[in-house]
Amino acid sequence: MAATPEISATQEPPSGASTERRHVKPPAGEGFVWLTAMGLAFGIIMILGLLALIFVKGVQTFWPRDIHVVELVDDSQFTLQGSSTIAGSISDERVKRVPSGQILAEGEKEAREYQFFVGNRDAYGLSFLYVDADDIASWEEPESIMQAERIGWGDSIFYPVSLTLADGSTLPADAPEFEARLHALIDTAAERREEMRHINRGEIGHISQQIVEKERRMRVLREEDGLEASAPEMQELQAELDQLQQESRQLQDEVAQVRDRNDQEQLTYRVITGEERTEPISDLIKVWKPNQMGFFDKLAWFGGDFWSFMTEEPREANTEGGIFPTIFGTVVLVMMMSAAVMPFGVIAAIYLREYATQGPFVQIVRISINNLAGVPSIVYGVFGLGFFVYFLGGTIDDIFFPHHESSVFKSGGILWAALTLALMTVPVVVVATEEAFASVPSGLREASLACGASKWQTIQRVVIPAAAPGILTGLILAIARGAGEVAPLMLVGVIKLAPSLPVDATPPFIHLERKFMHLGFHIFDLGFQSPDSEAAKPMVFATTFLLIMLVIALNLGAILIRERLRKKYAYGSF
Amino acid sequence: MASVPHIQMPHTSEEGAANRKPSPDEKFIQVKDLSFWYGEKQVLFDLNLDIPKNKVTAFIGPSGCGKSTLLRNFNRLNDLVEGVRHTGDITIGGRSIYDEKLDVITLRKRVGMVFQKYNPFPKSIYENVIFSKRIAGVNKKSELDEVVVRSLQGAALWEEVKDRLHDSALGLSGGQMQRLCIARAIANDPPVLLMDEPCSALDPIASSKIEELIHELKDRYTIVIVTHNMQQAARVSDRTAFFYLGKLIEYDETENIFLHPRNPQTEAYVSGSIG
Repeated sequence: MAATPEISATQEPPSGASTERRHVKPPAGEGFVWLTAMGLAFGIIMILGLLALIFVKGVQTFWPRDIHVVELVDDSQFTLQGSSTIAGSISDERVKRVPSGQILAEGEKEAREYQFFVGNRDAYGLSFLYVDADDIASWEEPESIMQAERIGWGDSIFYPVSLTLADGSTLPADAPEFEARLHALIDTAAERREEMRHINRGEIGHISQQIVEKERRMRVLREEDGLEASAPEMQELQAELDQLQQESRQLQDEVAQVRDRNDQEQLTYRVITGEERTEPISDLIKVWKPNQMGFFDKLAWFGGDFWSFMTEEPREANTEGGIFPTIFGTVVLVMMMSAAVMPFGVIAAIYLREYATQGPFVQIVRISINNLAGVPSIVYGVFGLGFFVYFLGGTIDDIFFPHHESSVFKSGGILWAALTLALMTVPVVVVATEEAFASVPSGLREASLACGASKWQTIQRVVIPAAAPGILTGLILAIARGAGEVAPLMLVGVIKLAPSLPVDATPPFIHLERKFMHLGFHIFDLGFQSPDSEAAKPMVFATTFLLIMLVIALNLGAILIRERLRKKYAYGSF
Repeated sequence: MASVPHIQMPHTSEEGAANRKPSPDEKFIQVKDLSFWYGEKQVLFDLNLDIPKNKVTAFIGPSGCGKSTLLRNFNRLNDLVEGVRHTGDITIGGRSIYDEKLDVITLRKRVGMVFQKYNPFPKSIYENVIFSKRIAGVNKKSELDEVVVRSLQGAALWEEVKDRLHDSALGLSGGQMQRLCIARAIANDPPVLLMDEPCSALDPIASSKIEELIHELKDRYTIVIVTHNMQQAARVSDRTAFFYLGKLIEYDETENIFLHPRNPQTEAYVSGSIG
């Protein structure tokens, strides 16, 4: 942009007096340079603004905020269950909306209001409270106030009162070892939770799978072979079944014991309204005293929170806990999509470019492929549902799983979702690959042919390696389009809460038929389907931030591979 | 085209051939009544010429005269262009290259080619040289090593690259790349080596190295070289053919073409007044 005046300056005659200079017109069209620059600048500002907003809001979610104890003026209408003292962290501050029809009197200031996160949804029936700034009589940040992340009901803000230990004794909050004990108990409870989860998911899950399998065998024997319940095979199966059910019951008892043990230790606390509540330690995930924390304490806490957000499973209708399954599902989906779209797109492009006789027909095919890139993604979703899920999945179920009660492949799953996305992104890959092939210097092809290579050998050994960076550009574009896609996935396999990951330690390890969670859908679900949208708002930003980070990471991966290939195959003439 | 005066072209070459004792080596490559079309456009007109074995034959003439087209017919690289056709015949060692029984891939293995713009593959020096062996399915290390040494020595490149055979070929200088392309072309030890303006993209020093190399190679290969540079043709070739607008104007010993051209057009071209 700065170059524009310089250019016109150099074109002026050196002898031009200052009066003449004013009459020199800039070269025709120079104004458009400004227009183009403005267009670019506008775009960059919009994108950077969006990223900054998402980044700041997403990061804020995990930053431990100070808790303010606020005394309200006497006649305030913003009381919390009749209490005029409120404890909470400020989650928003804004100009109060003037009810319509009302006009501010002269000299009257705009009223400000704060949104407090007060927590304790189980005690108050709400977790956010708007308070007029004018109604606040005094602020205080007591050091002893505590915040706790809980398994259910969201966070809690309270003054600790005492601990009830397993042996029935109590430990008051002013005892010096109180906090250390509390943290230790929370850790033990977390270990027990993990143990229960392991039994429930792992062992009981394994046994239930076997029970289902045995029951199916019995049904097949009864219905197809006409065996009576008294037949020896049936008796044998029945015995095995009983045995398994016995084992399952035992394990369930074990879980119940652990749970009971976990419920013995309790924390008694007092919320700001004065009410005392008692909760088992096992309901708590972590506790902290934000008002005691310095900057670096908060930073460490932030890191830990962010880490658990990325590595844990969601709770509370997805509004709490982590989003690990969604990250995992998205990554697996994109990788499967890439694995499907690359060979397919490249092979199609090779035929189109190298073998098909160029003419009107091929031109029509090419235009059609280009147009496919513009088809709304939901259309691909509908096609995927009809073709992959119902037709292909139904056929597979009929042939391979005729005795399963529920459908296996005839319902959405990660395989069908990946194939649907692959189909959607094929045009991108075909177009990019064709262009990459076209830009391979003809000298290389001729050299290969003159050495006695056949056409296929030339393509395989010379053209494809030289075009590889361009082909990867196609993959990058495909990933960019596929990773953020939500609409078609909703029809072919994404769900709100998946009980298990599509890849895990149970054979056959990759479960192509399983439904999965996805970051993009998670954003939609949190933001628009959640029962408590106010509580979910920070999660939406954090999830969006992670989705963007993930797309960037996947793209960077592909770009790094491309740069390595470029270096390897860099050709002198371009 | 219309302004081209009619010239009794076949005359000259037949006369020249009649003066010498014909031997199979004299007619190693024979072009017989060759006409060639790109679509509707005829670019070669009834060419007849014999190229002797183990000699360097230069094709000269202004741009668009068909010399490169003729050269590319020797290994049928023109087949890649859509809508080409020809009449007449070319034989190499007595066998027609248009023989239906002759696989074009076999032909190209026996007719090496070096291009105007050096075009090494984006692979290592080693892999470049053995490319034709690899596609022929040769994977024995000892055999490949032997080919690399022989070809690089043959192309006078061995001493310069022997310590970095596995580096990328694209790190070489222009002249080295062109010699690498020559090494690649002679890896199959083809009897015929075609060179399409091999020095036009090189500086004078690199060009003179290539010219020296051509001198050395002609003991073992029948070389046909297309060149725009008349001094180069005079320096490297034994025979020279002058083409003009798709017709062979004069074909004779190089000395005669440059010193005693019989045709006024040849004289005009070699003296620089047309071109």
